[in-house]
Amino acid sequence: MSIDTQTARRVAKLARIQVEDDALPALAAEFSAILGFIEQLNEVDVDGIEPMTSVTPQRLKRRDDVVTDGDQQPAVLKNAPDAREGFFAVPKVVE
Amino acid sequence: MTDLTKLTIAGARDAMRNGETSSAEITAACLSAIEGSGALNAFVHNTPEIATAQAAAADARIKAGDAPDMCGIPLGIKDLFCTKGVPSQAASRILEGFKPEYESTVTSQLFGAGAVMLGKLNMDEFAMGSSNETSVYGDAVNPWKVDDRALTPGGSSGGSAAAVAADLCLAATGTDTGGSIRQPAAFTGITGLKPTYGRVSRWGVVAFASSLDQAGPMTKDVRDAAIMLEAMCGYDPKDSTSADLAVPNFEAALTGDIKGKVIGIPKEYRMDGMPAEIAKLWDDGTAMLKDAGAVIKDITLPHTKYALPAYYVIAPAEASSNLARYDGVRFGHRATLAAGDGITEMYEKTRAEGFGHEVQRRVMVGTYVLSAGFYDAYYNRARRVRALIKRDFDNVFADGVDAILTPATPSAAFGLGEMTEADPIQMYLNDVFTVTVNLAGLPGIAVPTGTDASGLPLGLQLIGRPWEEADLLNVAYSLEQSAGFVAKPNKWW
Repeated sequence: MSIDTQTARRVAKLARIQVEDDALPALAAEFSAILGFIEQLNEVDVDGIEPMTSVTPQRLKRRDDVVTDGDQQPAVLKNAPDAREGFFAVPKVVE
Repeated sequence: MTDLTKLTIAGARDAMRNGETSSAEITAACLSAIEGSGALNAFVHNTPEIATAQAAAADARIKAGDAPDMCGIPLGIKDLFCTKGVPSQAASRILEGFKPEYESTVTSQLFGAGAVMLGKLNMDEFAMGSSNETSVYGDAVNPWKVDDRALTPGGSSGGSAAAVAADLCLAATGTDTGGSIRQPAAFTGITGLKPTYGRVSRWGVVAFASSLDQAGPMTKDVRDAAIMLEAMCGYDPKDSTSADLAVPNFEAALTGDIKGKVIGIPKEYRMDGMPAEIAKLWDDGTAMLKDAGAVIKDITLPHTKYALPAYYVIAPAEASSNLARYDGVRFGHRATLAAGDGITEMYEKTRAEGFGHEVQRRVMVGTYVLSAGFYDAYYNRARRVRALIKRDFDNVFADGVDAILTPATPSAAFGLGEMTEADPIQMYLNDVFTVTVNLAGLPGIAVPTGTDASGLPLGLQLIGRPWEEADLLNVAYSLEQSAGFVAKPNKWW
């Protein structure tokens, strides 16, 4: 499948990665090459085969529904680019 | 003792216990080797103060007796592992300045066993690459050199491979999502083991593709891989896919006796255009195992051809989800915003500045294959094909095969920059022999067994049954003994 610049722009937007307009044609060409490679998968007969959810047959463990961690506000905020008064700070979200 | 940096883990353990040397001495020798190794660009964050303190503590513990095998062993740690208070940035600009407030389970277990951290090692950004050329730190360089070209140590664990091969540390941690331990091990003439999926906890390891990622040891020989694996693995309630299984004594399994073991040789791995040197290496390895008493059996893994395309749907899909956390809010880089920019511009500019080209490409491919209208055609189809690839292996093991022998890589190490102009698929083909193992969740080990015509190391891969790393290590040990690969790179750095 060939990817056009319009689709490349949409995918970049969905991925929340800014891509300048003049970089879109090259990006679209790379996507097309990779998707062309992936399309070999259409040769495989997958009728009746369930998509794999876990590579090892295991049952996920359950644990007691109790608090095991917490009270670590300074540690949680330590690496934040912008933390104020015990919160993460971001640009205005709601007008 | 001279050349302390050249010691194996087993050799250092025994020498420290005998009082012939100390962790302080070996650690000092490694730190000085690292200082002189700038040209390799393997170590990217050095931690000499931590190393010296850990070595002193290890020496006290050894003196008191009853110290674990890894006690006092100086290691390099791949930058993908979160290490408390020490930069851990997955070789990405987006994690610049990030110092975790916690320790990954693997490093915590290693340090608990007395191991010493020399520093953090170079790698491909977010472990996405096969040549260590996508790193924000710049290329790591292979200590092996046969002409004036600088060669890749492979990737993504390129810094780990270069550091172990150059004797900057006794061993290193690596991670493997599609071949990132085994391919660089083969390119640098060392041993690299990817355990069964679930054997080693992923907690605190920066996530790339969670259903494929496994950490493992990168060492100077098979015995060291056995010793270090034992310290790395075990059940961890903090990783929901961690297996609650007993951890065997892997070193005790190394008898070298493989009489009657059935070794499968998969015909699909004899690719069109396989270089004669690789074919010969594989045939020679097969003969060595046969001479050691193994039964050689031709086998078929019919869906091998579809492993790489399936991988390049599943891995980017999981990456696009895992890397959504890098949003400039909680940790790492945030772009400088223009007046009037809102939160969407903050996300988009931060991720454009913080992610390198290959990471951006994979996140977007993953976004595409998961997007409405394409999810079934790409992602679900790839997961079905993955089930078939695993079934191929299940069938072979059910037929009595104990381990599978294949080449580790399609070639020896190539020159840095040589693949820059190639399309991304050419680079992806490096993982053609290793990626099936991740998709099927199996243990795999790369062992150096020879060189190419120019003298560069080449490795073979052994693939084992799930959870049977002990048996796999023993077959690898036998292969190592027969191959007798002892070549080392000549120091030029």
